[in-house]
Amino acid sequence: MSVWIAIGATALGCYLVKLLGLSVPAGMLERPLVQRLAALLPVALLAALTAQQTFEHQLSLVLDARAAGLAAAALALLFRAPFLVVVAAAVLVTAGVRALG
Amino acid sequence: MPQQRDTFDRPEVPDASAPDTSAIPEAPDGGASESSPGGRDDRAVVRDALGVGIAVGLSGFAFGVTAAGADISLAQTCALSLFVFTGASQFALVSALAAGGGPLTAAAGAFFLGFRNAFYGLRLSRLLGLRGGARIAAAHWVIDETSAVALAQRGRHAVRLGFTVTGATLFGLWNLTTLLGALGAEALGDTDAWGLDAAGPAVFLALLAPMLRTGVERATAGLAVVLGLGLLPVLPAGVPVLVAALAAPLVLLVHSRMPPGRRGERDGARTAEEESR
Repeated sequence: MSVWIAIGATALGCYLVKLLGLSVPAGMLERPLVQRLAALLPVALLAALTAQQTFEHQLSLVLDARAAGLAAAALALLFRAPFLVVVAAAVLVTAGVRALG
Repeated sequence: MPQQRDTFDRPEVPDASAPDTSAIPEAPDGGASESSPGGRDDRAVVRDALGVGIAVGLSGFAFGVTAAGADISLAQTCALSLFVFTGASQFALVSALAAGGGPLTAAAGAFFLGFRNAFYGLRLSRLLGLRGGARIAAAHWVIDETSAVALAQRGRHAVRLGFTVTGATLFGLWNLTTLLGALGAEALGDTDAWGLDAAGPAVFLALLAPMLRTGVERATAGLAVVLGLGLLPVLPAGVPVLVAALAAPLVLLVHSRMPPGRRGERDGARTAEEESR
């Protein structure tokens, strides 16, 4: 049930911010500080999420096959690989390291 | 998602940089249309829109698989793609729930990630020129990819066409591949053995990489990583990510107090650009 609450809250919140952008007068969100903060917030959130999902296991920090997978994804990104190739590299390398270990 | 780069660049591009286009009522307000001076016919717009819609739409597989691996039910996974329909927020919600976060804490992280769509809407609203019911329906499709395609078009007709074709293709495919990915993951059984638990962080990294353009972004990301990992054993699940979001205002604050000479060359140029607005 709590998962449905989370889904409902996220769906409502995400829809309302989309509608907000289409509906408010242009001047309100166009302050440089607000725009810079809006551009930086995803950077902070995505960086924290990437790190946590790579090194977290049951609320403690671990170094396992996922780190190798992420390194492969980073390498693929350096070579400007398409999105799906980046994800596939991470999955394959993680699975490979687990199979070897 | 290479298009991400374009849209994330956009909030920093001052509208005033192309004052001559303001005389043309239907011209896009960015500088992106210089590459297509003669105006593009409908087929070219549709081709671009389909390219983006199909490429990104297929990554719904990754979401379906990740959600199934995080013990989110098939109905819940499909509901997320249907009703949230903004990829990073969906991945964030699923991972926060998998880590044991409370529903509202998890939703808050997803909500903050989705807030950037408000800024796309702001730029699109003038160009799409929608009213009433059409605006309420179109809002659901205001995301990274539809904005990237629509903002690159010249003229209201092309903007609307690009937005609609990208939105329809992406919405259809994203939901179809979400379903197939979730079904496929259920058939696979233990998704971790297949390395599928690395799909989520790889998606985040792929979204993050094009944003790390200057020292400000890199410092923000670095601080967020330290906060996110350091607080993980201490705070309840889902909360460290929200605290890590504070890296953004903190870095902006420190950056704005730094003497201009100590900011990187490109940072200084961008700040000067903003101050001139």
